[in-house]
Amino acid sequence: MRMLPVLTRLAWRYLWRNHRRTIIMVSAISIGVWAMIFMTALSRGMVDQMIEDGVSALPGHVQVHNKQFLDDPSVSNRILISDAELSRTFDSADFKAWASRVKVPAVISSEYESRGVTLLGIDPVAERAFGYLSYDEVEGRFLEGVDDNSIVIGRKLADKLETNVGKRVVLMSQDPENEIADRGFRVVGLFNSDVPGYEDGNVFVGKKAAQKMLRIGDTTTELVFLGDSYRNVEPTYDRVVASIDGTLDVKRWYEVATYLGSLLKVMDGFVMIWMIVIFLALSFGLVNTLVMAVFERVREIGLMLALGMKPSHILGQIIIESMLLLSVGLAIGNVLSWATIQPLRGGIDISIVAQGMEMMGAASVLYPRLYVSDMILANVIVLSLGFLASLSPAWRASRYEPVEAITKVG
Amino acid sequence: MAAVRCVDLCKTYRQGDQDIKALDHVSIEIEPGGFVCLSAPSGGGKTTLLNAIGGLDMPDSGEVWVADRRIDQLSKGALAELRLSSIGFVFQAYNLIPVLTARENIEFVMQVQGVPAAERAKKSMAILEEVGLKGLEDRRPAEMSGGQQQRVAVARAIVSRPALVLADEPTANLDSKTSDELMTLFTELNEHHNTTFVIATHDQRVMGYAKRLIRMLDGRIVDDIEQHAA
Ligand SMILES: Nc1ncnc2c1ncn2[C@@H]1O[C@H](COP(=O)(O)OP(=O)(O)OP(=O)(O)O)[C@@H](O)[C@H]1O
Ligand SMILES: [Mg+2]
Repeated sequence: MRMLPVLTRLAWRYLWRNHRRTIIMVSAISIGVWAMIFMTALSRGMVDQMIEDGVSALPGHVQVHNKQFLDDPSVSNRILISDAELSRTFDSADFKAWASRVKVPAVISSEYESRGVTLLGIDPVAERAFGYLSYDEVEGRFLEGVDDNSIVIGRKLADKLETNVGKRVVLMSQDPENEIADRGFRVVGLFNSDVPGYEDGNVFVGKKAAQKMLRIGDTTTELVFLGDSYRNVEPTYDRVVASIDGTLDVKRWYEVATYLGSLLKVMDGFVMIWMIVIFLALSFGLVNTLVMAVFERVREIGLMLALGMKPSHILGQIIIESMLLLSVGLAIGNVLSWATIQPLRGGIDISIVAQGMEMMGAASVLYPRLYVSDMILANVIVLSLGFLASLSPAWRASRYEPVEAITKVG
Repeated sequence: MAAVRCVDLCKTYRQGDQDIKALDHVSIEIEPGGFVCLSAPSGGGKTTLLNAIGGLDMPDSGEVWVADRRIDQLSKGALAELRLSSIGFVFQAYNLIPVLTARENIEFVMQVQGVPAAERAKKSMAILEEVGLKGLEDRRPAEMSGGQQQRVAVARAIVSRPALVLADEPTANLDSKTSDELMTLFTELNEHHNTTFVIATHDQRVMGYAKRLIRMLDGRIVDDIEQHAA
């Protein structure tokens, strides 16, 4: 340890003795690190958006149902707790947002066509925060309250039903006694959605209107809760579990939409592989640089050994040199990636290339996401794998015979 | 006890299809406080002998003892330790670390030894003055003349007061006045600190300072005479 200052000084001086080579290598490392972080930020942005859209369409980070509901989503499997009681339990609790809703399969018919859809009876005020729809962008208007007797459907569905704002449609479903429950609604708004399948699969009516049509009093089939971040869902989950009847089924978003959860995991794996691949490309240059640096210094290393420096000190010196080289490259690479991602935070228009991507649920504007954890990962990968890559040249340097270096004249 | 003892050292190099006996049954014993000059024509085996004594090169046969410790069987690490703690070197061909300044080169050995910074600074500045390089402490080797570099090497060899100094042509690049100053410095160290010196040289003037003169030829000792300092 006390050798550290000497070794570091030597390593630093040697590094800058051959500026050209060092600058080239530092540039390569910087660009490599930049590529690691920048590309990661772009793919994070894309996948995060897919996940966030998916999570908001669910909606919420935590959902509560009757245990039978997921197998058979009908009103017979509803949550038998009145809205009044739910309000008492959850209004005072510290959620970013919560809502109870009626969600059942239904058939919607216009005078020309019928479609199977999911009927959502909602409280538009309570659900605004979930963000699955931008109320203001609805063509016509969105629902105004729980008593709203109108219906809002997706643009695509409207096209299929050949209906439009102002026209009437009929919704049909079953009540708890398995009797037909139906009702006419006037279409007041058409919404758009980036989430595939959302526009033609969901229709919105006021919660009270749905309850009345389905004859379920003031009960609902689904409770949804929003926490601070979908990445940190546990606090919300714990709070819901603590305050609700144990016979109900409480699920985190990634348990409801398992494909979204696995997308997140796949993404983490991809980031790791991507960074390692770039490092491998860099490592050839790094090892080559170190081998050259050692080779042109055989006599100096021999001299140091002859004067009584231990082989382990030579090993340390080369490794420190490699670490310094990598650290300089990392510092520049980190700054570079921050500086290039920052101005793009407002989004990159990728509509030209995005047509194919929309199928996968990606939007046409890409918002890069720079995570500190990804930056740390890039730095850790470069330093730790760089350390491993330097071992062999450093080991070779430490094996030199001092006498050969000292006696060679010239 | 002897500062250095060599028993029947042999070392053969192969050059092409010829065997060169660099050391041919060499035995010597040097007392602590000895001041020995090794003199031989070029190729006589001086450097080979110094390297064997310094544990830098292994003889093919024979024994090397330094301060009553047999060193020709020690591990690399132990040899490094021995060189660091008790031997000062001036090498014939290559001495200074090019990326370090004169002062840093002089402090290098002390730094590896773990001498505290303040003490290092004091000692290195003092020795720079003694070898006549005051003011040049921040120069790198490439910015100094051959003689100045040589003096930095000498300064490094003696700065931490090793018990044994092995110097291979220490005055090679020096004018007669500077050589005399260096030899006076060596003599003082030898007298005041009982430092043992083994100096390989061609230089008659240097031989004049030695208490004992060993002449070699083709790897053999041909003459070994005690003499009184000039
Ligand atoms: N590494 C080596 N490989 C082959 N031969 C060597 C090697 N080192 C020394 N020799 C030979 O061994 C003999 C003794 O060499 P050494 O360097 O000890 O001589 P020297 O007395 O120091 O000469 P000089 O005054 O020129 O420095 C010479 O003939 C030399 O050519
Ligand atoms: Mg020689």
